[in-house]
Amino acid sequence: MKIPLVYNVRSVLQRPVSTALTALGIALVVAVFIGMLALASGFRTALVRTGSDRNVLVLRRGADSELSSGLSRETASILAASPHVATGADGHPLVSPEVYVLIPLPKIFDTTQVANVVARGVSDRAWTVRSNVRVVAGRKPESGRSEICVGQRIVPRFPHTGIGETLRFAGRDWGVVCHFAAGGSAFESEIWGENEQFMPVFRGQVFQSITMRLSDPGAFDEAKRSLETDKRMTVDVHRESDFYVQQSQLLGRLLRVLAFLITGIMAIGAVFGAVNTMYAAVASRAPEIGVLLTLGFHPRSVLASFLLESAIIAAAGGAAGCLFALPINGIVTSTTNWASFSEIAFSFRVTPGLLLTGLVFAVVMGVLGGFFPARRAARVPVVQAIR
Amino acid sequence: MALVQIRDVYKTFQRDTQRIDVFTGLSLDVAQGSFTALMGPSGSGKSTLLNLIAGLDRPTSGTVRVAGADVHAMSAAQLAAWRARHIGFVFQQLNLLPVLTAYQNVELPLLLTRLSKQERAERVRVALGVVALDDRIHHYPRQLSGGQEQRVAIARAIVADPTLILLDEPTGQLDAKSSQEVLTLLQRLNSEFGKTVVIVTHDAHAADKAKTVLHLEKGALIERAAVGA
Repeated sequence: MKIPLVYNVRSVLQRPVSTALTALGIALVVAVFIGMLALASGFRTALVRTGSDRNVLVLRRGADSELSSGLSRETASILAASPHVATGADGHPLVSPEVYVLIPLPKIFDTTQVANVVARGVSDRAWTVRSNVRVVAGRKPESGRSEICVGQRIVPRFPHTGIGETLRFAGRDWGVVCHFAAGGSAFESEIWGENEQFMPVFRGQVFQSITMRLSDPGAFDEAKRSLETDKRMTVDVHRESDFYVQQSQLLGRLLRVLAFLITGIMAIGAVFGAVNTMYAAVASRAPEIGVLLTLGFHPRSVLASFLLESAIIAAAGGAAGCLFALPINGIVTSTTNWASFSEIAFSFRVTPGLLLTGLVFAVVMGVLGGFFPARRAARVPVVQAIR
Repeated sequence: MALVQIRDVYKTFQRDTQRIDVFTGLSLDVAQGSFTALMGPSGSGKSTLLNLIAGLDRPTSGTVRVAGADVHAMSAAQLAAWRARHIGFVFQQLNLLPVLTAYQNVELPLLLTRLSKQERAERVRVALGVVALDDRIHHYPRQLSGGQEQRVAIARAIVADPTLILLDEPTGQLDAKSSQEVLTLLQRLNSEFGKTVVIVTHDAHAADKAKTVLHLEKGALIERAAVGA
């Protein structure tokens, strides 16, 4: 058995001010760390939730986004007739040929700032193909009318998006008739209208993407091979979930790199704080160290004991950092998705995994900061320490 | 029979450019079951000798043999384990860890043994009973007088039943009454429990309690006297 833990815990409590300051430094780093990773996590989750494993997204061959894609009505008809497409209760294929454009809208808090919002023209099948999309207020747009439904995430961020209001874009006035939710996915940052209404005012008689429900989700590879080798069309077939995960990667990775970079720099400061605190602790407790070594405790036990003490301070700081970071959970923010150049609103996601990562990060900082002071403690010449 | 055998020990300290020869060929024995007082003026090497016996310091040359073990030749790890088994040490002051209670301080050496928690508790209570502090078990050092602190330190020194108890001026910071209590306790440990005790002291009254007094001067043993002889 080694030096009792109670010795470290009580020693830490003996110097509350320096301990609290060191822990606070670590807490701030952990809070920023968790905050930034919660941002990346929220962004990624929004896009991951957008796609379904049961759906495939068809784009023009070579197009890496919906924006750069273009598909004819003929292609839509060929796809609708594919045996790989599931049919609805009414026997019609679950296919949604869609128009995808970006429209500049002024932001509600600063109308001089404009953000690109996705306007998606969908068929009435889209509401079935995307099973996570549901109207939360109002009614669905009626066919043949200039009506739109607005994703609930962007309602508070852009003016004239309330039900009954009129939003003007593409030279026309569009009546807002509903708000929709989509399980926290990126669809909630879009404006949906009828594809036949969007086509003439935007990009002519082409769709940008066609989304369809697979009759057998396990047969994706077969469907992909079949559709991509169909000589009547030149398309790329993506599993919808994979496509949106890929869309999140560029910015998601950048956010994570930034999180590690920024908190890494901050962590250096926090580690030096821990180093300073622990050196002071070792210096002031040299006689105690001498006593422990005289009693027969191995220098390795002394090293472990002081490392543990540093880790305790850091863990306390880490726990405080987690508490600081918790309130940001669920706060909605927005950014431009670099893959589509569109505004995407999403929530910070502080997950248990992130909190645990933050705690581990804190303890690592504590151990790093405590190592050299602890090594000094273990190497204290006993005779000198007890003098 | 000699429990401690010191043979031809040299100890030299280097302070900046100055070389200090503390011992130049010191040899002496301490018998098992003895109560030995080491006396001498400051700088005569008393504490250094105690540190050498405890394996807290190493001789520049020569041999230190304690209870059959060559202390001078052990590694730091071997010394730590050896001290835990064979040595009870009491300093002049700052003996106790201030954040631990008397009980926890006394228990420390037992944490290095394989005793169960219950066995440790029993031993701690006995040791604190021997030093008549069983009513101060849960007191922190700051709640004890100087004499009581030293008695707790002695309880800690004896709790693991070491071969040898070494004390470096244990009464140096105590008033006369506390001093007397500590010395009486040491006498009792020696006579009643058969413990071998070596005490460094400046105090002639303290030395009077010992069975043997060794006088050191400038690192040399100048007199060996049996008290009452």
